[in-house]
Amino acid sequence: MSENKKALVRVEDLKVHFPVKGGMPFAKKKYVKAVNGVSLEIEAGETFGLVGESGCGKSTLGNAILGMQKPTDGKIFFKDQDIHALPAKEFKELRRGMQMIFQDPFSSLNPRFDVYHIIAEPMQIRGGMTEEEIKNRISELLHLVGLSDDDMPRFPSDFSGGQRQRIGIARAIALNPEFLVCDEPVSALDVSVHAQILNLLMDLQKELGITYLFISHNLAVVKDICSKVAVMYLGSMMETGDTQLIFQKPMHPYTRSLLSAVLSVDIDNAPQRIILKGDIPSPINTPAGCPFCTRCPYAKEQCMKEKPELREMESGHFVACHFPLVEEQ
Amino acid sequence: MKGTLNLAKKIWKHPQGRVGLIIAGILVFCAVFAPLIAPYDPYDVTARSEKGLSPSLSHPLGTTISTGQDIFSMLIYGARVSLMVGLITGILTALIGAFMGILAGYVGGLADTLIMRVVDVMLVIPTLPLTIVLTNLFGKSYFMIIFIFVIFGWTGLARVIRAQVLVLKNSNYVKAAELAGAGRWHIMMRHILPGVSHLLIMNTALSSAGIMVAEAGLSFLGLGDPTAISWGKMLADAQSGGALLFGHWWWILAPGIGIFLSVFSFMRIGLALEEIFNPRMKRAGAMNRLFKTLNNTYIQKIFEEMDEAEREEAREAAKEKGGASA
Repeated sequence: MSENKKALVRVEDLKVHFPVKGGMPFAKKKYVKAVNGVSLEIEAGETFGLVGESGCGKSTLGNAILGMQKPTDGKIFFKDQDIHALPAKEFKELRRGMQMIFQDPFSSLNPRFDVYHIIAEPMQIRGGMTEEEIKNRISELLHLVGLSDDDMPRFPSDFSGGQRQRIGIARAIALNPEFLVCDEPVSALDVSVHAQILNLLMDLQKELGITYLFISHNLAVVKDICSKVAVMYLGSMMETGDTQLIFQKPMHPYTRSLLSAVLSVDIDNAPQRIILKGDIPSPINTPAGCPFCTRCPYAKEQCMKEKPELREMESGHFVACHFPLVEEQ
Repeated sequence: MKGTLNLAKKIWKHPQGRVGLIIAGILVFCAVFAPLIAPYDPYDVTARSEKGLSPSLSHPLGTTISTGQDIFSMLIYGARVSLMVGLITGILTALIGAFMGILAGYVGGLADTLIMRVVDVMLVIPTLPLTIVLTNLFGKSYFMIIFIFVIFGWTGLARVIRAQVLVLKNSNYVKAAELAGAGRWHIMMRHILPGVSHLLIMNTALSSAGIMVAEAGLSFLGLGDPTAISWGKMLADAQSGGALLFGHWWWILAPGIGIFLSVFSFMRIGLALEEIFNPRMKRAGAMNRLFKTLNNTYIQKIFEEMDEAEREEAREAAKEKGGASA
C-alpha cells in the first residue's frame, strides 16, 4: 500500500465465480461468488495473512493468484506481469516463481514416490540440471528444512505429519520461488509441531527472502507471524492493513467479532465475546449491499443497499464499512 | 522389473495367491511345452483301431469315441487356447480400458462425455446374441471371439479407471507438479498411470478368468474355431460323440476340471492382488463376520421374546378361562 516499496503480487478487483450445476433449463444461470471483487498488494519480503471463516473464498483467492483458477474478472500481476495475459509457455516459466504449501501433508505427497523423487520432481520438470546437481540440491534442501540425507530413500508413509510438511516445504522451495502460498500449512498438524513448522517458515524467509501469502483461520498464528492481514467474508475484503493496527483496534464489526472469538490467556481482561446471530448467507445469493449486513449488529439502511468500498481510515489501515467503529476506540 | 518381482513375492506370500500361482504355473507350463508333454498328437484322427478306449496306462484318459484321439493329449493342448484367449483378452481389455478411462477422466470435457455415453450404450448390449450373429457373419475364429470380448470388456474397466483418475487429478501432489510446470504427459505418466496400475493388474487377472469360462461356453455352442482344440470344444465333442451314452465320464470331467482349474487359479491370484492393493478388504471381511454374529444373536433374542410373548398369551388365556369358569 505504501509507494516506496514494490508490490510483488498485485490483485486488482478479482472475481472468481463458479457456475452452479443443474437448475432449470432457460433459467438464469446461478453462480457461486467465491471471490467477489478483491484487491490487494503483497510487497516483497513480507508475510501477508489472509483470514476468514470456512468458505469465504480464502483458498480460491490463493489458487487464483497461483494461476490454478481462471478468474472471471480482474487481473493478477506477479512481478508486474499480468499472469493471465501471458502466453502459456512464459506463464509456466513465470509461475515457477510461485509455489504452494498445502494444508494436508498426507495427501500432498505421492505415496508411491520416495523423498528423493518427491523433491527432485520440480527440478526434473524444469530440466537443465544433472543428476549430480539435483542430488546435491536435495541434500541442501533437506538440511534446510531440518531433515537429513538418510531420509532420501524413505517413503512418505515413514514420516510423521510434521516431517511430511517439511518435505512439502522442501519441494516448494526447490525451484527458489520468490512467492509462497501457504494454505493453512499447520492446521492439519498436531499443536505441538505448529511452532516448529512456523519457525521453519520464518527462518526460510529470513534466509531466502521469500514472500508469503499465509492463508489461515488461526488468528493467533496470523498475529504472530504476519506483517499484514486481510480479513475476508463471503468473497469480499472486509478489512486490511498492518497486523498491529487490525488486532489492536479493529474497525470492522466482523473483524471485531472474529477477534473476540480468540481464546485469551488473560482471564480478567478477556474481551467480551461478540456472538453473531444467524448463518453466513449463501455465496450464490450474496446481499446486494454490504456482504455482512445480514448479521451485522450495527447495520443500517445504507448497508443493505450500497456495497462499501475499502477506505483508508488511518495510515495502512483499510476498512470496507459505511460506519466503521472508530469512536469506541 | 523390481516392482514386478516384488509383486510376485507378495502374491506368493498370500495363501490364496500361492495356490493360484502354483496352479497357473502348471497350466502355463502345460501350454508352453504341450508338444513335449502330450504322449500323442491330439489332432491325429486316423487312429481308427483305438476308438473309445477307457483310461489305461497308455491312454491315461482314454480316447474319443468318434475319432480315437487321445483325450489326455487334447487336454494338454486345450490349455493353450484357454490361456491364450483369456490372457490376450484380459491384457487388451486392460489396455483399452486404461486408455479410455484416463482419456475420459483426465482430459474431460467432450472426450469424457463421448466415452461415457458410448460406455453406457455398450454396457446394455447383450454380448452372447451379438457374438452368435458376428461369428456367423465373419467366420468362426478365436480372433473374432477375442475381438468381441475386448470391444465389450473395456467398458466397465474404463468407468472404474475414470473414477480413480478424477480422484488423482485433483490431488495436491498433481497440483504441486503443475505448479512446477509439469505438462499433461508428465502428470499422466508419473502420477496417474502408476496410480491406477493396481486396478489394471487386478482387472486383468479377474477378467481373464471370466473370459476363459465365456470362451469355453462359446466353443461348447460351436462358435469357437472348429479346427482348434479347446476345453469348451472338447465338451461339445463329448456331448455329440455320446460320452454320456457310453458312460465315458472321464471325457466330460477332464475338460471340466481344466476349465475349473484355470478359472480358479486366476481368481485366486486376482483376489490376492485385491487384498494386497487394498488391505482394508481383509478388515471388511472381519467386520462382516462381526455383523453376522451380532445379527444372529439379535434374531435369537427376538425369537426368545416371541416365545415368551406366546407363553404369556397362553397364561393370559388360561387365566381368563379360569376366571370364566369361576
